This record gives sequence, C-alpha cells and structure tokens, in this order.
Amino acid sequence: MKLQAGLLAVVLAGSLAACGGSDGAGDADAAAKATGPITVWYSNNPEEVAWGKQMVAAWNAAHADQKVTAQEIPTGKSSEEVIGAAITAGNAPCLIFNTSPASVSQFQKQGGLVPLDGFDGGTAYIEDRSGDVAKQYKSTDGKYYQLPWKSNPVMIFYNKKAFAKAGLDPEKPALGTYDEVLATSRKLVSSKAAKFAIYPAPSNEFFQSWFDFYPLYAAETGGKQLVEDGKATFASDEGRKVAQFWRTMYADKLASQEKYTGDAFVDGTAAMAVVGPWAIATYERKIDWGVVPVPTSSGKPANEIHTFSDAKNVAMYSACKNRGTAWEVLKFATSQEQDGKFLELTGQMPLRQDVATTYADYFTKNADYKTFADQAARTVEVPNVPNSITIWQTFRDAYSKSVIFGQEDTGAALDGAAQKVDQLAAQS
Amino acid sequence: MSRLAVSGSGRRPGVVGRILGEHPAGTAFVTPYVVFLAAVFAYPLGFAVYMSFHDYFFTAPGAIVERPFVGFDNYVTVLSDPAVRRAFGNVLVFLVINVPLTVVLSIGLATALNSAIRWRTFFRVSYYVPYVTASVAVVGVWLFLFNANGLVNSVLGPLAPDPSWLVNSTLAMPTVAIYVTWKQLGFFILLYLAALQNVSKDLYEAASMDGAGRWKSFLNVTVPGVRPATTLVVLLATVTGANLFTEPYLLTGGGGPDGASASPVLVMYQKGIEQGNPDIGSAIGVLLVVGVLMLALAERRFVGRED
Repeated sequence: MKLQAGLLAVVLAGSLAACGGSDGAGDADAAAKATGPITVWYSNNPEEVAWGKQMVAAWNAAHADQKVTAQEIPTGKSSEEVIGAAITAGNAPCLIFNTSPASVSQFQKQGGLVPLDGFDGGTAYIEDRSGDVAKQYKSTDGKYYQLPWKSNPVMIFYNKKAFAKAGLDPEKPALGTYDEVLATSRKLVSSKAAKFAIYPAPSNEFFQSWFDFYPLYAAETGGKQLVEDGKATFASDEGRKVAQFWRTMYADKLASQEKYTGDAFVDGTAAMAVVGPWAIATYERKIDWGVVPVPTSSGKPANEIHTFSDAKNVAMYSACKNRGTAWEVLKFATSQEQDGKFLELTGQMPLRQDVATTYADYFTKNADYKTFADQAARTVEVPNVPNSITIWQTFRDAYSKSVIFGQEDTGAALDGAAQKVDQLAAQS
Repeated sequence: MSRLAVSGSGRRPGVVGRILGEHPAGTAFVTPYVVFLAAVFAYPLGFAVYMSFHDYFFTAPGAIVERPFVGFDNYVTVLSDPAVRRAFGNVLVFLVINVPLTVVLSIGLATALNSAIRWRTFFRVSYYVPYVTASVAVVGVWLFLFNANGLVNSVLGPLAPDPSWLVNSTLAMPTVAIYVTWKQLGFFILLYLAALQNVSKDLYEAASMDGAGRWKSFLNVTVPGVRPATTLVVLLATVTGANLFTEPYLLTGGGGPDGASASPVLVMYQKGIEQGNPDIGSAIGVLLVVGVLMLALAERRFVGRED
C-alpha cells in the first residue's frame, strides 16, 4: 500500500511539474518587437462592449497579419481577482482595457505587467496624451505600467423633483459647503421628499471610500492623494472635517447605515448620489437630474474643486508574446479618433488633455456631459503605492467604525489608520 | 483453494502484483477518486501549509522572486491581528447558535414530516426549496425582511432593535446564524427523514404500551434511534458553518457592521485574494482547519459516543 501511495505521489508531482514548467513570457526584448495575433479584454458593460467591438473591427480591417481577438473580462467576484488569477496562470491577454489603478502595484509585484516606457516613445506618448495627470499613474520605480485611459470624475447628482418637493431651488441648489449640504439634506428628509438625502454604500469593501470620503477629501485639500511621499495624508484638519461631515450625515440619519439592494437614487429612496458620468445612461428617462461638484467646508468655486477620478486604465500583461503589436493596438485604441468614439458611445471621459476643447462638437450636442469634461481636468487618483488595497481596506475599516457606525471618535480613528497606512506604504 | 495453495507455497507476488495489491479490480475502481482527492484536496492543502510558512505571493510564470522560509511569522501576524481574532470569535458565536438550532429544528421537523400529516409533500418541498436556491437570490429577500423598515421590524413595531438587525453589532452574527439555519434546514431534515426510516415501529409500540406519550416516545425512542444521523448533522453543520463566507459577504456588506459578522473565510479572502497576501490567507486557513478538526473530534466524542 505504501508503494502504491508513493507511486501516486510521484505521478502527481510529475504531472504538476509539467503543468507549471513553462518559461512564461520568454525573452522580453524579442517580445517587445514581436508582431502577430494578440488577445485583448474589455469591460462587460454594453456601452464599452460596443466601443471595443468597433475598435477591434477597425484595427483588424487594416492589419490582417496582426489580428486582435477581443472578449469581455471573464466573470468573477471582481475584475481584479480574475486578472490576478490570469497573471498567475500565465494566460492573461496582451491588453486589458479595464485595469484598476489600485491593483497596478499588486499586478506589478506579481511580475504580471510590462512597463510601457520600454517601447519607443512610450513615456512621451503617455505624457503627451494625458498631460500632468499622467504622473499620478507612475509606479514607485518611476515607470509607467499603465496607460491612463478614461475617467469618471465623481460629482453629486441630485433629483430635481425631490428638491422641488422639499421647497428647494432645483436649478441652483445650496450644495456648496458642508453646512449647506447638511441644511439641504435635513429639508429633504423632514419634508419626506426622500427617505434619505444621500446613500453612499455603507458596506466594508475596500473601494467604497472612493465614493464617500475620497472625493470630498480631494476637494477639501485641493487635490491631495490619500498617501503622498510614502506617508498617509488623511489624518489632517481637512481629513477630520470631511470625516466629521459624513459622521453628521449618518448620525442625523440623513444617510443610511444599511446596505441597499438596487440603486437608491433611481428608486427615489435617496435624493442625491455621488457618482460619475457613466451613470447618466442609467438615469436618463428615469430621473430629472442635475449635477454639482462635491462640497467643501468653505464652498470653493467650482473651477477649483478636485474630485476622485474613478479611472480605469489599459495595461499590457507579461504573458503577451507579440508585444510590438500590443503596443501599436494600445496607441490605436487611445488615439484621438478612438477616444472620440469612446466618449460618444460611453459618455466617459478619455484621460487626455483638453477633452472639452478637443471634442467641442460632442459637448455642444451633449451639454449634460460638459460639466464632467470641465471636472475631468481636476481629478485625483488612488495612490500608486505598494499594498494599495490593504491600505484602502485599513482606511475603510477605520472609517466604517467611526464615521458610519459612530463607535469611535473620527479623529482618533483617522490617527490610528494613518499609523498603520504609514507602515504599509513603507513596505516594498 | 488455489489462492490458499499459492499463499501456502510461500511465493511472493511480482512487482505488478505488489503495485496493484491483493485486489487489482478494487484498486482500479478506487484510483480515479484517490487521484481526484489528491489533486483537488490533498495537494492544495499541503501547498497551503507550505505557503503559510513562507513569504509567498502569486507570480506570473517565469517571474523570479524569493520566497524565504519565515517560520511562524505569518501565524504571529495573523494571531496578533484583532480583525482575525474577532472573525474567529464571530464564527464561534455563529456555531453556538447555528449547530444546536439546526439539530433541534431539523429533528423536530423531520419527525413531524415523517408522521401522517396533511400537505406532507408540500411541507417537505417547502423546507427544501431554500437549500437549493442560490444564496445571492435569497439574501435579497432577507435584506428586505430585516432592514430598518423591513417586514420584521414592522411587525415588531416599538420592539424593533435600533440599530436594526444587520447593522447591529450584537445582533448581526445571530441574524446570519438564523439565516443559515433556515437556508440549510431542508438538507438536514432530509438526513433525519432517512434516519427515521430505520427506527423500528416496534419500539414505538413498546413505548406506547409502557405508557409513554408522544413527547416521551420522541425523547426515548426517536432521539436515540437517530443518533448516528445527529452525529453527522452536527459535524456537517460545524464544517459548513466554519466555512461561512457568502452570508457575511452579501448579507452584511463585507462582515459589517465594523467586522461584527466577519468570518475567518471572509478575512482569508480579503487578505489572501483581494490584498494579495496568500501566505497570510493560508495561515488563517490552516488555523481554521486545525480548529474545525479539534471541534469535530470533540463533537464526535460527546455526540457520537457509543452507549
């Protein structure tokens, strides 16, 4: 019996070794110049699928010898998990048009990404296209492992009918300062115009702070990231003001502590929502909405307000054999023409300089989107640092405990989280 | 006879005979399942133990990284993390509520459904439906029932808890435990229904002749008669309960409020998969396996003991 078990172990070990014995991406220099067929993944929302299909068709029509095969990102709990698994398995596609900036440091650590600076004119292409914003996407080693692709600058949508019902001016709502937002919220709830003034997801996923604390923090600080120069920035006066504002919203039951199934804004349960322009397609014909920048404590003018970018980028993955083709496809897909088509089909903002003037015709025809184009010039990204997701989860845990559930003083919670974040950011 | 003659002659089996054993056909039948178990259970478990003792993270094929042996460092990190300790405490609370409730309700309902009652088939199907329905779908219904303005609080009126069930630090885990009990009840009722078919009718008649009523018959005939099933139910409820993930992930929005309903598997997922620290995730997993084994052994000793 021992012999049988031993043989079985040898057979298994042999087969597993055979499975894991590939040499991966091979010679990187040769791969950087290699051309041929490649695979790309894009997001699964209908608008981006439509854009992706036309982009691939346009490329394939002109490059019969370098055919692009495209598909939606396979289903999983999140795109990031699927991509992480694909990197480990060695079957990631050449390009993914939905790479979350928060995951880039992790994918980079896994050896899953190709630095784009290595291609001829790579750095110049990225920086010429996106301008100063591009620098936020540099990794700590000074290289670009992602091309800043598109943003969804987060702003405050409001329901004009609910505002009118509460006796508020639906065309010029008082939402500039924290005091104004609180007063407006109290009117909305006390008049029963909506059950809650606003309904940011109160759940504990690491990314939820991107849609409550972070946009207001970006605005309050004039564009600071959560971590800068390896140190947490949020345990500051500005951070405390933002945390205290949201604490009041929860304590006064103007925002809900409970998870909502569905869209509270569309359902009329909440009169406001913190969201980017991707949502316009969802709200159209369902809600008479307006949009304003996120508030600041002092009521900064709109043209000084920063917000969270909610960007998704394009990255090249190390399993790619024909990287020469992948780089050309990347440039083709982010060209002025394709960015214009992307804007037209999805309403999301290409992360390129002067979006508002480059596509002036589009914004003349679609005035709803003009505000977002203006805001797109002042966006803040998640910090591109090691342990990015652990940092966000650490922050979220502290925020959830103190701001949402009021079980700890908000200032003490931010101080505690900042200490942990400093340690995490210092790790390589 | 010939086999005895061969054995008696002292002939040793050949290499093939030694590999295939005394019953080659049996070995052939068993091998596919052994391979399956080794590939999808034993190898990953062994690999998880390996990861938990190394500075390990997943990499692309061909990436050259160091994965040094770190001894018990990952275990120290895990055990000194209040979130992990709380998750283990939470799952104990869950098991203390879920396992006894599962046993009591499933044995009681199975006994009722085994007797000649009207609409028996309808009830049997009704109890089984939640078990075969996807958690994602049922969670939506429970969110509707247990939110602040949900049906349960409407019925309770002024007695409704504030904060409401799923955002209440004290009540969140018990609510999850009750949800899981309800959802899995159908399966455990089925186990008891099968066990009840093996309890002799003669025993009930004898108890009746001795003057035992329904309750005494239940206690003195049914409960001892289905003890093997009870052992199985306790072990299965413990193992599935300790692996709790979907409910805190979906029902309480990622183990909320403030980690009050986080389970070890949820934390393992957050740290191992989301945050890219599979070594830490593996250490949590190994501790969970050890804990569940110890618990299962204790249960086997107390619930499954022979009279």
